[in-house]
Amino acid sequence: MKVGLFIPCYVNAVYPEVGIAAYKLLDSIGVDVNYPLDQTCCGQPMANAGFEKESTRMALRMERLFKSYDYIVGPSASCVAFVKENHPRILEKAHHVCINSHKIYDICEFLHDVIKVEALASEFPHKVSIHNSCHGVRELHLSSPSEMNIPYYSKLRDLLTLVKGIEVFEPKRVDECCGFGGMFSIEEPEVSICMGQDKVKDHMSTGAEYITGADSSCLMHMQGVIERDKLPIKTIHIVQILAAGL
Amino acid sequence: MSTLHSKAAARFIKNRAQELWHDETLWMVRAKRDKMSRSLPEWENLRNLASAIKMYSNSHLDTLLQEFEMNAKANGAIVHWAKDAEEHNQIVYGILKEHNAKNLIKSKSMLTEECEMASFLKSKDIDVVESDLGERILQLMNLKPSHIVLPAIHVKRQQVGKMMEKELGIEKDNFDPTYLTHSMRKHLREKFLHADASMTGANFAVASTGEIVVCTNEGNADMGTSFAKVHIATFGMEKIVPNVESLGIFTRLLARSGTGQPITSYTSHYKTPAEGCEFHIIIVDNGRSNILSQPEHIKTLNCIRCGECMNTCPVYRRSGGYSYTYFIPGPIGINLGMLKNSKAYSDNVSACSLCLSCSYVCPVKVDLGEQIYVWRQKLDEIGVANKQKKAMSLGLKLLMDRPKLFNSALKFAPIVNHLPRFIVYNAANAWGKGREMPEFAKESFNEMWKKNKVK
Repeated sequence: MKVGLFIPCYVNAVYPEVGIAAYKLLDSIGVDVNYPLDQTCCGQPMANAGFEKESTRMALRMERLFKSYDYIVGPSASCVAFVKENHPRILEKAHHVCINSHKIYDICEFLHDVIKVEALASEFPHKVSIHNSCHGVRELHLSSPSEMNIPYYSKLRDLLTLVKGIEVFEPKRVDECCGFGGMFSIEEPEVSICMGQDKVKDHMSTGAEYITGADSSCLMHMQGVIERDKLPIKTIHIVQILAAGL
Repeated sequence: MSTLHSKAAARFIKNRAQELWHDETLWMVRAKRDKMSRSLPEWENLRNLASAIKMYSNSHLDTLLQEFEMNAKANGAIVHWAKDAEEHNQIVYGILKEHNAKNLIKSKSMLTEECEMASFLKSKDIDVVESDLGERILQLMNLKPSHIVLPAIHVKRQQVGKMMEKELGIEKDNFDPTYLTHSMRKHLREKFLHADASMTGANFAVASTGEIVVCTNEGNADMGTSFAKVHIATFGMEKIVPNVESLGIFTRLLARSGTGQPITSYTSHYKTPAEGCEFHIIIVDNGRSNILSQPEHIKTLNCIRCGECMNTCPVYRRSGGYSYTYFIPGPIGINLGMLKNSKAYSDNVSACSLCLSCSYVCPVKVDLGEQIYVWRQKLDEIGVANKQKKAMSLGLKLLMDRPKLFNSALKFAPIVNHLPRFIVYNAANAWGKGREMPEFAKESFNEMWKKNKVK
């Protein structure tokens, strides 16, 4: 099983430590993982802003880069969801049949559903609040959407429970948006900031020391709010917890 | 980079206390809906059925509407067809004129809002009285609804009391909700008694029986139609359902979704006019058949106007109904506005973080968030795309299509981290209004991998 590590543009530029943790974690459980060099972006920022056709070349490039891999695994639910949900349609217009959409996984989904990890060596003696990101929940189904009448499940919680010493919480509005939304954050800044503040407050009310989730973009947004308002809570990507101590 | 929506939203949020109250009140309705939906094990199945029935009905309008007309006529109703708002209003006026009716008592109907019927009838000297409590409050305040199910949700009782002091001469500074409600009831009772004609919308029209169904919590539709000799019911043609069995699916979903009640207090079926009375039914198109020709947007016709997409929308709750430029706000309003006139109502398309909660909460599975995404793709073609957003997207594309350029940009990006604050956090930095900027890493992941540092 050959796994290609998908590192989205902003993880590459701002959170390389998330990429490193993802690599270490996969490597530590015996996955044959490689990083195809010179990745850029999946095209989601332009597409969500209304310029989907501008992401065609990025989608094609990703198809080439990951051609020889059995799985594509990335530490960013939203970017993974974009490849999975939108690349097929975008590529169809360029007369290309999308392959990536069938083999791409968010890293939590991959660990939970494909590898089916049952034990982890990591330890994280802290209280954490899970951030259920919109696209993680409503596109990748990492947890049960609060809107639906289906039994509760959370792949993130299942994985976190394997970590020694951790205490896991969830906010009251369990999967309400943090207000990032790509260019939404700067086109509707007041609403976006308000959503971010409310979300951080909800996470804080759990008594958690950390907000954790599968999406660095939401964490980046909330981190921005936390730093501006000097709030006593931190953000950390879930792979950094799962790989803690490796 | 702003839209009429984002500017109005900014004004709404300035009053943070009011915004918080608005957010929490509507979230409470969402929570009630969650509880109600979970009390039915078959909930998701009901949603699937409701969506499938609507897709069936809306693709068989030709036969179902004719079946409805035939049955309604056999019941003794008089059926009219209106291709647009103007025809609709003329039909209503024609009926009123024929009966020399000057006072019209009406229950809540988004369709009459859509047709701007009240102002039209006012110009013809007809006194139109809204009998739904929230709608009457707004009518007396000269305001528009800010929510389709909870029209006066943005108004507080103190404001209602002040208005009623002025308009109805009630006690000064008595803001007791029971007192206010009783005073309004007394005021409306007179209107009910002396109306020449009554009007209702319809939540559903049943093809197999020719009856219409009106759901209210106040019984105001029933009171209105019981006194007046003439009843005019009007509905958009997507309100048709094939039969009473399918109707049962929708009545189970409507109130649970909209307000978190098991069912509305009154679910009234109108079929046959009472002796000596007239029952008119108007079937309205007003752009609906155009939606049928747009496959990407066809599911908007599934909408049963429960309003739950507003309650769940994190943007609507924090920006209020008036921040939207179309008369229906929230996710469904963004979509219906674009379908009505994509140039005129494109300012609402920004009011969405693409969280998709609306699509999941919708009892008839309208793909609301997905459709907003589709509209964003069309803005450039329509000629209303934001220039800055376009420039940013093209700039990003330029960078992301060129890995070498991207990688060297990443090398220099950390310089930004060390720029003076006043340069980074200037007036043009919308992110910086309430958030610190993320810092670029000294070394990108790509660079570290190349140097064999990822181990």
